[in-house]
Amino acid sequence: MSAIIVFTAVAVAQLMLAAAMAIASVRMFGGPRAQDRIIALDTLYINAMLMLVTFGIGTGRVIYFEAALVIGMLGFVATVALAKFLMRGEVIE
Amino acid sequence: MSEATDLPLWAAIAVAVFLLVGAALALIGAIGFLRLPTFYERIHAPTLGTSWGVGGVMVASMIFFSVTSGRPMMHEILIGIFVTVTTPATFLLLARAALHRDRVEKTKGVPEKHRADIVNND
Amino acid sequence: MFPFPILAVFLVLMWLLLNGFTLGHLIIGTMVAVFACWAMASLRPEKPRLGKWYLLPKLLGMVLYDVAKSNAQVAAVILRSGSRRHNPAFLTIQLQTHNHFSLAVLAIVLTSTPGSAWLEYDSNDNTVLLHVLDLDDEAKWRDMVKNRYEKLLMEIFV
Repeated sequence: MSAIIVFTAVAVAQLMLAAAMAIASVRMFGGPRAQDRIIALDTLYINAMLMLVTFGIGTGRVIYFEAALVIGMLGFVATVALAKFLMRGEVIE
Repeated sequence: MSEATDLPLWAAIAVAVFLLVGAALALIGAIGFLRLPTFYERIHAPTLGTSWGVGGVMVASMIFFSVTSGRPMMHEILIGIFVTVTTPATFLLLARAALHRDRVEKTKGVPEKHRADIVNND
Repeated sequence: MFPFPILAVFLVLMWLLLNGFTLGHLIIGTMVAVFACWAMASLRPEKPRLGKWYLLPKLLGMVLYDVAKSNAQVAAVILRSGSRRHNPAFLTIQLQTHNHFSLAVLAIVLTSTPGSAWLEYDSNDNTVLLHVLDLDDEAKWRDMVKNRYEKLLMEIFV
Protein backbone atom coordinates (compact mmCIF):
# COMPACT_ATOMS: atom_id res chain seq x y z
CA MET A 1 0.00 0.00 0.00
CA SER A 2 2.61 2.55 1.05
CA ALA A 3 4.78 1.51 -1.90
CA ILE A 4 1.92 2.31 -4.28
CA ILE A 5 1.38 5.73 -2.67
CA VAL A 6 5.06 6.68 -2.87
CA PHE A 7 5.45 5.31 -6.40
CA THR A 8 2.40 7.21 -7.69
CA ALA A 9 3.50 10.44 -5.99
CA VAL A 10 7.00 10.13 -7.43
CA ALA A 11 5.64 9.47 -10.93
CA VAL A 12 3.23 12.43 -10.79
CA ALA A 13 5.91 14.72 -9.34
CA GLN A 14 8.32 13.71 -12.09
CA LEU A 15 5.70 14.49 -14.74
CA MET A 16 5.05 17.92 -13.18
CA LEU A 17 8.76 18.72 -12.95
CA ALA A 18 9.30 17.58 -16.54
CA ALA A 19 6.48 19.88 -17.64
CA ALA A 20 8.07 22.73 -15.66
CA MET A 21 11.41 22.07 -17.36
CA ALA A 22 9.74 22.03 -20.79
CA ILE A 23 8.01 25.35 -20.07
CA ALA A 24 11.27 26.89 -18.86
CA SER A 25 13.03 25.80 -22.04
CA VAL A 26 10.25 27.38 -24.12
CA ARG A 27 11.08 30.69 -22.39
CA MET A 28 14.78 30.07 -22.78
CA PHE A 29 14.54 29.65 -26.54
CA GLY A 30 11.77 32.20 -27.01
CA GLY A 31 13.25 35.06 -24.99
CA PRO A 32 12.29 37.88 -25.62
CA ARG A 33 15.25 39.48 -23.78
CA ALA A 34 18.52 38.07 -22.47
CA GLN A 35 17.39 38.48 -18.85
CA ASP A 36 14.37 36.23 -19.53
CA ARG A 37 16.65 33.58 -20.95
CA ILE A 38 18.93 33.68 -17.91
CA ILE A 39 16.02 33.33 -15.48
CA ALA A 40 14.70 30.48 -17.64
CA LEU A 41 18.08 28.75 -17.33
CA ASP A 42 17.94 29.27 -13.57
CA THR A 43 14.44 27.76 -13.38
CA LEU A 44 15.56 24.89 -15.61
CA TYR A 45 18.44 23.86 -13.37
CA ILE A 46 16.44 24.21 -10.16
CA ASN A 47 13.77 21.94 -11.64
CA ALA A 48 16.43 19.49 -12.82
CA MET A 49 17.81 19.45 -9.29
CA LEU A 50 14.36 18.73 -7.85
CA MET A 51 13.94 15.99 -10.47
CA LEU A 52 17.17 14.34 -9.29
CA VAL A 53 16.03 14.42 -5.65
CA THR A 54 12.71 12.89 -6.76
CA PHE A 55 14.64 10.14 -8.59
CA GLY A 56 16.50 9.58 -5.34
CA ILE A 57 13.23 9.04 -3.47
CA GLY A 58 11.98 6.71 -6.22
CA THR A 59 15.06 4.50 -6.24
CA GLY A 60 15.93 4.83 -2.55
CA ARG A 61 19.55 5.76 -3.29
CA VAL A 62 21.39 8.65 -1.62
CA ILE A 63 23.81 9.14 -4.54
CA TYR A 64 21.31 11.38 -6.41
CA PHE A 65 21.50 13.86 -3.55
CA GLU A 66 25.15 14.57 -4.29
CA ALA A 67 24.44 15.18 -7.96
CA ALA A 68 21.66 17.58 -6.91
CA LEU A 69 24.05 19.44 -4.58
CA VAL A 70 26.61 19.86 -7.38
CA ILE A 71 23.95 21.11 -9.81
CA GLY A 72 22.72 23.62 -7.24
CA MET A 73 26.20 25.01 -6.60
CA LEU A 74 27.36 25.18 -10.22
CA GLY A 75 24.05 26.58 -11.44
CA PHE A 76 24.27 29.45 -8.95
CA VAL A 77 27.76 30.39 -10.09
CA ALA A 78 26.73 30.21 -13.76
CA THR A 79 23.70 32.43 -13.23
CA VAL A 80 25.68 35.00 -11.25
CA ALA A 81 28.35 35.13 -13.96
CA LEU A 82 25.71 35.60 -16.67
CA ALA A 83 23.95 38.33 -14.67
CA LYS A 84 27.26 40.10 -14.13
CA PHE A 85 28.01 39.88 -17.83
CA LEU A 86 24.62 41.36 -18.65
CA MET A 87 25.27 44.29 -16.34
CA ARG A 88 28.84 45.21 -17.24
CA GLY A 89 29.68 43.38 -20.44
CA GLU A 90 32.46 41.49 -18.66
CA VAL A 91 32.60 38.91 -15.87
CA ILE A 92 35.88 39.70 -14.12
CA GLU A 93 36.93 43.30 -13.96
CA MET B 1 10.79 0.23 -5.01
CA SER B 2 12.11 -2.26 -2.47
CA GLU B 3 12.73 0.41 0.19
CA ALA B 4 9.25 1.89 -0.07
CA THR B 5 7.47 -1.37 0.79
CA ASP B 6 8.53 -1.34 4.44
CA LEU B 7 7.56 2.31 4.86
CA PRO B 8 4.76 2.93 7.38
CA LEU B 9 1.57 4.37 5.93
CA TRP B 10 1.79 7.76 7.68
CA ALA B 11 5.33 8.29 6.32
CA ALA B 12 4.25 7.32 2.80
CA ILE B 13 1.36 9.80 2.90
CA ALA B 14 3.59 12.56 4.31
CA VAL B 15 6.23 11.93 1.62
CA ALA B 16 3.60 11.94 -1.12
CA VAL B 17 1.95 15.16 0.10
CA PHE B 18 5.20 17.12 0.47
CA LEU B 19 6.53 15.84 -2.85
CA LEU B 20 3.35 16.74 -4.73
CA VAL B 21 3.09 20.19 -3.10
CA GLY B 22 6.72 20.95 -3.96
CA ALA B 23 6.45 19.75 -7.55
CA ALA B 24 3.12 21.55 -8.05
CA LEU B 25 4.62 24.82 -6.80
CA ALA B 26 7.56 24.40 -9.20
CA LEU B 27 5.13 23.77 -12.06
CA ILE B 28 2.92 26.76 -11.16
CA GLY B 29 6.04 28.92 -10.99
CA ALA B 30 7.07 27.79 -14.46
CA ILE B 31 3.55 28.42 -15.83
CA GLY B 32 3.55 31.91 -14.34
CA PHE B 33 6.97 32.53 -15.81
CA LEU B 34 5.54 31.71 -19.23
CA ARG B 35 2.26 33.61 -18.92
CA LEU B 36 2.99 36.88 -17.10
CA PRO B 37 3.40 39.78 -19.52
CA THR B 38 6.39 41.89 -18.34
CA PHE B 39 9.85 40.95 -17.10
CA TYR B 40 9.37 42.49 -13.66
CA GLU B 41 6.24 40.41 -13.14
CA ARG B 42 7.91 37.29 -14.48
CA ILE B 43 10.76 37.57 -11.96
CA HIS B 44 8.28 36.73 -9.17
CA ALA B 45 7.12 33.42 -10.60
CA PRO B 46 10.24 31.20 -10.38
CA THR B 47 10.64 32.22 -6.71
CA LEU B 48 7.64 29.99 -6.07
CA GLY B 49 9.69 26.98 -7.11
CA THR B 50 12.83 28.06 -5.30
CA SER B 51 11.20 28.78 -1.93
CA TRP B 52 8.61 26.20 -0.89
CA GLY B 53 8.96 24.18 -4.10
CA VAL B 54 12.47 23.19 -3.10
CA GLY B 55 11.39 23.10 0.54
CA GLY B 56 8.58 20.61 -0.10
CA VAL B 57 10.71 18.19 -2.11
CA MET B 58 13.55 18.39 0.43
CA VAL B 59 11.19 17.72 3.36
CA ALA B 60 9.76 14.72 1.47
CA SER B 61 13.27 13.39 0.84
CA MET B 62 14.27 13.93 4.48
CA ILE B 63 11.22 12.03 5.76
CA PHE B 64 11.73 9.19 3.27
CA PHE B 65 15.41 8.59 3.96
CA SER B 66 15.09 9.13 7.73
CA VAL B 67 12.31 6.52 7.98
CA THR B 68 13.83 3.97 5.61
CA SER B 69 17.33 4.14 7.09
CA GLY B 70 16.09 4.32 10.69
CA ARG B 71 18.29 7.31 11.65
CA PRO B 72 17.80 11.03 10.99
CA MET B 73 19.12 12.03 7.56
CA MET B 74 19.14 15.79 7.48
CA HIS B 75 21.60 16.53 4.70
CA GLU B 76 18.88 17.62 2.24
CA ILE B 77 18.48 20.68 4.44
CA LEU B 78 21.85 21.86 3.04
CA ILE B 79 20.39 22.09 -0.49
CA GLY B 80 17.35 23.87 0.91
CA ILE B 81 19.43 26.47 2.76
CA PHE B 82 21.80 26.86 -0.17
CA VAL B 83 19.05 27.42 -2.75
CA THR B 84 16.99 29.78 -0.60
CA VAL B 85 20.04 31.94 0.18
CA THR B 86 21.61 31.99 -3.29
CA THR B 87 18.57 32.39 -5.56
CA PRO B 88 17.66 35.85 -4.21
CA ALA B 89 21.25 36.94 -4.88
CA THR B 90 21.04 35.92 -8.55
CA PHE B 91 17.58 37.43 -8.98
CA LEU B 92 18.75 40.65 -7.37
CA LEU B 93 21.69 40.92 -9.76
CA LEU B 94 19.47 40.08 -12.74
CA ALA B 95 16.85 42.63 -11.70
CA ARG B 96 19.50 45.34 -11.43
CA ALA B 97 20.92 44.36 -14.81
CA ALA B 98 17.45 44.41 -16.40
CA LEU B 99 16.66 47.80 -14.81
CA HIS B 100 19.94 49.17 -16.08
CA ARG B 101 19.31 47.88 -19.62
CA ASP B 102 15.75 49.20 -19.64
CA ARG B 103 16.91 52.63 -18.52
CA VAL B 104 19.62 52.77 -21.14
CA GLU B 105 17.07 51.86 -23.80
CA LYS B 106 14.46 54.20 -22.25
CA THR B 107 11.75 51.55 -22.08
CA LYS B 108 8.35 52.87 -20.95
CA GLY B 109 7.02 52.03 -17.49
CA VAL B 110 10.38 51.81 -15.76
CA PRO B 111 11.01 54.14 -12.81
CA GLU B 112 13.68 56.75 -13.42
CA LYS B 113 16.81 57.28 -11.40
CA HIS B 114 17.70 60.62 -9.78
CA ARG B 115 21.24 60.44 -11.07
CA ALA B 116 21.89 60.02 -14.77
CA ASP B 117 24.69 57.53 -14.32
CA ILE B 118 23.91 54.36 -12.39
CA VAL B 119 26.76 52.31 -13.81
CA ASN B 120 29.54 53.46 -11.49
CA ASN B 121 27.75 53.88 -8.19
CA ASP B 122 29.09 50.90 -6.31
CA MET C 1 43.25 30.84 16.52
CA PHE C 2 39.51 31.13 15.77
CA PRO C 3 38.84 34.35 13.89
CA PHE C 4 35.26 33.37 12.98
CA PRO C 5 33.79 31.07 15.67
CA ILE C 6 30.20 31.01 14.32
CA LEU C 7 31.36 30.26 10.78
CA ALA C 8 33.62 27.49 12.12
CA VAL C 9 30.73 25.88 14.04
CA PHE C 10 28.52 25.94 10.95
CA LEU C 11 31.28 24.48 8.76
CA VAL C 12 31.75 21.59 11.21
CA LEU C 13 27.99 21.03 11.30
CA MET C 14 27.83 21.00 7.49
CA TRP C 15 30.72 18.53 7.31
CA LEU C 16 29.00 16.20 9.79
CA LEU C 17 25.67 16.48 7.94
CA LEU C 18 27.35 15.49 4.68
CA ASN C 19 29.47 12.66 6.05
CA GLY C 20 27.55 11.32 9.04
CA PHE C 21 28.68 11.67 12.64
CA THR C 22 31.85 9.76 13.58
CA LEU C 23 34.81 10.83 15.69
CA GLY C 24 37.12 10.80 12.67
CA HIS C 25 34.85 13.07 10.67
CA LEU C 26 34.51 15.41 13.64
CA ILE C 27 38.33 15.82 13.74
CA ILE C 28 38.68 16.26 9.95
CA GLY C 29 35.73 18.65 9.87
CA THR C 30 37.21 20.75 12.67
CA MET C 31 40.54 20.96 10.84
CA VAL C 32 38.82 21.99 7.60
CA ALA C 33 36.76 24.59 9.45
CA VAL C 34 39.81 26.12 11.15
CA PHE C 35 41.76 26.37 7.90
CA ALA C 36 38.73 27.77 6.07
CA CYS C 37 38.35 30.43 8.77
CA TRP C 38 42.00 31.42 8.40
CA ALA C 39 41.49 31.72 4.65
CA MET C 40 38.39 33.82 5.33
CA ALA C 41 40.33 36.05 7.75
CA SER C 42 42.88 36.85 5.05
CA LEU C 43 40.05 38.32 2.97
CA ARG C 44 39.34 40.75 5.84
CA PRO C 45 35.52 40.84 5.54
CA GLU C 46 33.45 43.23 7.58
CA LYS C 47 32.35 41.46 10.76
CA PRO C 48 28.68 41.58 11.79
CA ARG C 49 27.97 42.86 15.28
CA LEU C 50 25.06 41.00 16.75
CA GLY C 51 22.79 42.75 19.22
CA LYS C 52 19.80 40.69 20.29
CA TRP C 53 20.88 37.50 18.50
CA TYR C 54 18.18 35.48 20.28
CA LEU C 55 15.62 37.15 17.99
CA LEU C 56 17.05 35.27 14.99
CA PRO C 57 14.73 32.22 15.40
CA LYS C 58 11.77 34.62 15.54
CA LEU C 59 12.92 36.19 12.27
CA LEU C 60 13.31 32.73 10.71
CA GLY C 61 9.81 31.69 11.76
CA MET C 62 8.32 34.94 10.46
CA VAL C 63 10.10 34.56 7.13
CA LEU C 64 9.00 30.93 6.68
CA TYR C 65 5.40 31.88 7.48
CA ASP C 66 5.37 34.95 5.21
CA VAL C 67 6.99 33.06 2.34
CA ALA C 68 4.40 30.27 2.63
CA LYS C 69 1.56 32.83 2.68
CA SER C 70 3.00 34.71 -0.27
CA ASN C 71 3.45 31.41 -2.15
CA ALA C 72 -0.28 30.76 -1.86
CA GLN C 73 -1.15 34.30 -2.97
CA VAL C 74 1.17 34.26 -6.00
CA ALA C 75 0.00 30.78 -7.00
CA ALA C 76 -3.59 32.07 -6.89
CA VAL C 77 -2.63 35.09 -9.02
CA ILE C 78 -0.95 32.87 -11.63
CA LEU C 79 -3.72 30.25 -11.76
CA ARG C 80 -6.57 32.72 -12.22
CA SER C 81 -4.71 35.16 -14.48
CA GLY C 82 -7.21 36.18 -17.10
CA SER C 83 -10.33 36.22 -14.97
CA ARG C 84 -9.08 38.95 -12.62
CA ARG C 85 -6.18 41.27 -13.33
CA HIS C 86 -3.54 41.67 -10.66
CA ASN C 87 -1.93 45.02 -10.02
CA PRO C 88 1.87 45.05 -10.44
CA ALA C 89 3.62 48.16 -9.20
CA PHE C 90 7.00 49.68 -8.36
CA LEU C 91 7.39 50.91 -4.81
CA THR C 92 10.09 53.20 -3.37
CA ILE C 93 10.61 52.84 0.36
CA GLN C 94 12.73 55.06 2.59
CA LEU C 95 14.77 52.93 5.00
CA GLN C 96 16.31 53.88 8.34
CA THR C 97 19.07 51.34 8.76
CA HIS C 98 22.47 51.82 7.14
CA ASN C 99 23.87 48.52 8.42
CA HIS C 100 25.14 46.36 5.56
CA PHE C 101 24.06 43.10 7.17
CA SER C 102 20.52 44.31 7.85
CA LEU C 103 20.24 45.46 4.26
CA ALA C 104 21.58 42.16 2.92
CA VAL C 105 19.18 40.09 5.04
CA LEU C 106 16.27 42.36 4.13
CA ALA C 107 17.12 42.02 0.41
CA ILE C 108 17.26 38.24 0.64
CA VAL C 109 14.02 38.02 2.62
CA LEU C 110 12.09 40.31 0.28
CA THR C 111 13.39 38.66 -2.89
CA SER C 112 12.78 35.13 -1.68
CA THR C 113 9.20 36.12 -0.89
CA PRO C 114 7.41 35.41 -4.18
CA GLY C 115 5.18 38.49 -4.08
CA SER C 116 7.96 41.06 -3.86
CA ALA C 117 11.35 41.61 -5.46
CA TRP C 118 14.17 43.95 -4.40
CA LEU C 119 15.35 45.78 -7.49
CA GLU C 120 17.77 48.48 -6.44
CA TYR C 121 19.21 50.12 -3.36
CA ASP C 122 20.37 53.71 -3.43
CA SER C 123 22.98 54.41 -0.75
CA ASN C 124 22.82 58.18 -1.29
CA ASP C 125 19.31 58.73 0.05
CA ASN C 126 18.93 55.25 1.61
CA THR C 127 15.91 54.26 -0.44
CA VAL C 128 15.08 50.93 -1.98
CA LEU C 129 13.10 50.23 -5.15
CA LEU C 130 10.78 47.22 -4.84
CA HIS C 131 8.54 45.55 -7.37
CA VAL C 132 5.32 44.05 -6.02
CA LEU C 133 3.33 41.57 -8.08
CA ASP C 134 -0.10 42.29 -6.63
CA LEU C 135 -0.29 45.65 -4.89
CA ASP C 136 -3.66 45.72 -3.19
CA ASP C 137 -2.80 48.11 -0.37
CA GLU C 138 0.36 50.20 -0.58
CA ALA C 139 0.32 51.17 3.12
CA LYS C 140 0.23 47.50 4.10
CA TRP C 141 3.42 46.75 2.15
CA ARG C 142 5.26 49.75 3.56
CA ASP C 143 4.18 48.74 7.03
CA MET C 144 5.38 45.18 6.45
CA VAL C 145 8.84 46.20 5.28
CA LYS C 146 9.39 48.95 7.82
CA ASN C 147 7.69 47.73 10.97
CA ARG C 148 7.68 43.97 10.58
CA TYR C 149 11.18 43.40 9.24
CA GLU C 150 13.32 46.50 9.51
CA LYS C 151 12.68 47.06 13.21
CA LEU C 152 13.53 43.46 14.04
CA LEU C 153 16.69 43.58 11.91
CA MET C 154 17.79 46.82 13.57
CA GLU C 155 17.54 45.05 16.93
CA ILE C 156 19.47 42.00 15.72
CA PHE C 157 22.33 43.80 13.98
CA VAL C 158 23.58 46.83 15.89
